[in-house]
Amino acid sequence: MEIATTRTTARLNVIQSLSAVIAHSRDRILFFLAAILLGVSLVLPYWHMTLLAPQYPGGLRVLIYLTKLAGDVQEVNGLNHYIGMMKLEEAAPFERAIAPYGVAALALLALFTGLLRQRWITLLAILIVIFPIIFIADLQYWLWYFGHNLDPHAALSSSIKPFTPPVLGTGRVGQFVVQARFGSGLYLAILAALSALIGIAARLRGSAQRG
Amino acid sequence: MTENRDRPPFQVNQHKVSRRGLLGAAAGLSAGALLASCSVLQRKEEAPKLGVTADEIIKQRQLTPEDVTAALMTYVPSGKYDEFLMFSSTGHGGQVLVHGLPSMRLLKVIAVFAPEPWQGYGYGGSTSEVLEGGYFHGKPILWGDTHHPALSETNGEYDGEFLFINDKANGRIAVVDLRDFETKQIVKNPLLVNEHGGCFVTPNTEYVLEADQYSVPLGGVYAPITQYKEKYRGVLTFWKFDRQKGRIIPEESFAIETPPYWHDLADAGKGPSHGWAFWNSFNTELAFPGLLEGRPAMEIATTQRDMDYLHVVNWKKAEEVIAAGKYEIINGFKVIRMDVAAKEGVLFLIPEPKSPHGVDVTPGGDYIVVAGKLDPHVTVYSFAKIQQAIQAGNWDTDEYGIPVLPFEQCVETQVELGLGPLHTQFDDQGYAYTSLFLDSAVAKWSLGKPYHEDGWKLVEKLPVQYNIGHLAAAEGDTVKPAGRFLVAHNKWSVDRFASLGPLLPQNAQLISIAPNQPMRVLYDSPIGIGEPHYAQIIKRERIKAWEIYPEVGWNPHTHSVDPNAVLKVGDERIERRGKTVEIWGVLLRSQIRPDLIEVEQGDEVIWHLTNIERAKDATHGFALGGYNINLSLEPGETQTIRFVADIPGTFPFYCTEFCSALHLEMMGYFLVKPT
Repeated sequence: MEIATTRTTARLNVIQSLSAVIAHSRDRILFFLAAILLGVSLVLPYWHMTLLAPQYPGGLRVLIYLTKLAGDVQEVNGLNHYIGMMKLEEAAPFERAIAPYGVAALALLALFTGLLRQRWITLLAILIVIFPIIFIADLQYWLWYFGHNLDPHAALSSSIKPFTPPVLGTGRVGQFVVQARFGSGLYLAILAALSALIGIAARLRGSAQRG
Repeated sequence: MTENRDRPPFQVNQHKVSRRGLLGAAAGLSAGALLASCSVLQRKEEAPKLGVTADEIIKQRQLTPEDVTAALMTYVPSGKYDEFLMFSSTGHGGQVLVHGLPSMRLLKVIAVFAPEPWQGYGYGGSTSEVLEGGYFHGKPILWGDTHHPALSETNGEYDGEFLFINDKANGRIAVVDLRDFETKQIVKNPLLVNEHGGCFVTPNTEYVLEADQYSVPLGGVYAPITQYKEKYRGVLTFWKFDRQKGRIIPEESFAIETPPYWHDLADAGKGPSHGWAFWNSFNTELAFPGLLEGRPAMEIATTQRDMDYLHVVNWKKAEEVIAAGKYEIINGFKVIRMDVAAKEGVLFLIPEPKSPHGVDVTPGGDYIVVAGKLDPHVTVYSFAKIQQAIQAGNWDTDEYGIPVLPFEQCVETQVELGLGPLHTQFDDQGYAYTSLFLDSAVAKWSLGKPYHEDGWKLVEKLPVQYNIGHLAAAEGDTVKPAGRFLVAHNKWSVDRFASLGPLLPQNAQLISIAPNQPMRVLYDSPIGIGEPHYAQIIKRERIKAWEIYPEVGWNPHTHSVDPNAVLKVGDERIERRGKTVEIWGVLLRSQIRPDLIEVEQGDEVIWHLTNIERAKDATHGFALGGYNINLSLEPGETQTIRFVADIPGTFPFYCTEFCSALHLEMMGYFLVKPT
């Protein structure tokens, strides 16, 4: 009983000191954190796709970064050509061109939101919150686009119907089991979004109370 | 072929199977399913036991308990790898075999001296150039008699980087690169025609040793047989190996001229005997044939003397002699003449029981074991005693002036083993294993000090089936033998295998040499594509072979990206320049690009082909029927073929290696318009 009380007290102490830090930095730390997370996410994969088939005992992997594709891209492209699918590097050309600058801009936005305490920039910081949602929605669109724009002249075109590979979870194409999962970069972006969301909420509530 | 979000069967994990099994049991479902799932459950908890079915199999197949343990010691389950790899020669099959141990599964044939279509070896491209390197005065030699493979060594241990193999028939050495298991070079010894005493490497692969067997005048020129003593000569060759280049460098190699004794096997010294090399010999009678002229048969004439000569060579000293310029150039090769070799202390002879076969240096480099062949003993020479005898300096010479050290001053002991001792290998417990050809047995015997206090004794003999020639123990000729397994390469199989006509396969027998247990035969492996002489067995993990070529466009001959490689689809092209048509093509699943080539009769065709695949095992073949062209292009590989389109007609070309569902569609047409 005593121990439990001590533990609760300790936990309270931690929360209190954290709150104190947040109060002291006056919610800045949340935006700085978001800036760092977004910055780091630039060099981490956002999305993983693993293809499993009997003849590939280790599976085939494709890693999607904001700036590049990595893994067994050539092999996956080679296999996809049989069903008339476009090459992976042809996906989302515009998004991939602007993504690094966009995320860098969001990181800067987070930084300035922390430094400046203007209401307009706080509202603008909502972009940081919705960025992961935009990424996932765009990825889903491109997966749909790839699965629904197959070359009708491909060798296996007559035996495959349009399909959408999964953005998250497991699907099946021919003899391949496709496993999709989010990458560490996307998780950092989601954390950044949550951090920014709390920061925005705290700041807006604070200004509402003051107002 | 539509998307299916259902969890596929093999995604179900072990835990789920177990639970499903339990549920099945509770529901009282079919007994078969129940048993299957229960066995999965049990397997997790306790070690496997041989069930009723195993007993039934043993009974049905009439297996003895020894058979069952042999099976358990050799079986390698699907998907698991063998512990050792054995490289063996194939004699007049001209190639090298790679077996896995203990399963004795044949893993690969490495094409060396003979064209081999599966590997596309010798049917166009750089492999044809490798074969051309071994032509005899420009004459195509398309076979070889491979005898003694030698793995490259570092500090006296196998390093798994290169393999050397000799060709007895034509006096040649080949270099196999173990990154891709392909033959990179064949060199013809310009001094001799027939050889046997190779390949053996010095402890850091400074040199590859090779010596003649049947002496000829230096360079193989003509001389009447009656001038055998005056004109014919022996040759001990030290081929310089450049590890960086992965090639033998003939210009930096040298040879030592000897009397026309016939050299047999060899070994390089190591440890205390590093810097020395040993060859044994026969026909010190200097006999030569002439049955119709009234001379005795060679088998009689070469066995008249009781003793032949062990050749002891100080190759470090020989290097100094070469550096000092005391050599002659014969056929472009540096040769230390025998009077110089004798005077400079490069070459010594020691009597050895007549017509010996193997000469093997013990793991510590302290003894040299000579197997008697016609003598029931192995004769063990002490390297230290040899050195003392050389220091003492009271030697006679043979009739050519070569020092002959006194036998009794150099010999440590003789061990009587049985009839027809041929070759000796070693284990990690201080035991030696010698093949007994006439006894059809392997003799295990103990080495003396420092290996055993009370050594030099026969321990046991194991019958083998039949007529054993060489034997190979795991890393058994290195400074650190691995023990456990030995392979007897038996010349005759007689009744071991089903009758397949009068040419019988050889029998490679796997033998357990586990410590403190009697030796026993574990497995008979038929060798149906040649006669293995020597073999070497290496731990699998020492070999770091490439899974695919490092980069697209890799030329395996230069080990660099070929300037004519096409690196991606779309860059392929055809160029015509007068009577030459040059094609830069690619292969990928399932296309050969370009797929339509039209030339005129008499055009010279230069065709560069690159397999741009990066997937393991995605090899493509390239076959052009009618033109004797067949390549194997492994992932990333580039090859160039050149030929004259001298036959008009229509020639389909295609991929010979079943690569994909649309493999049959992977083809093109080569049209030759008549002129």
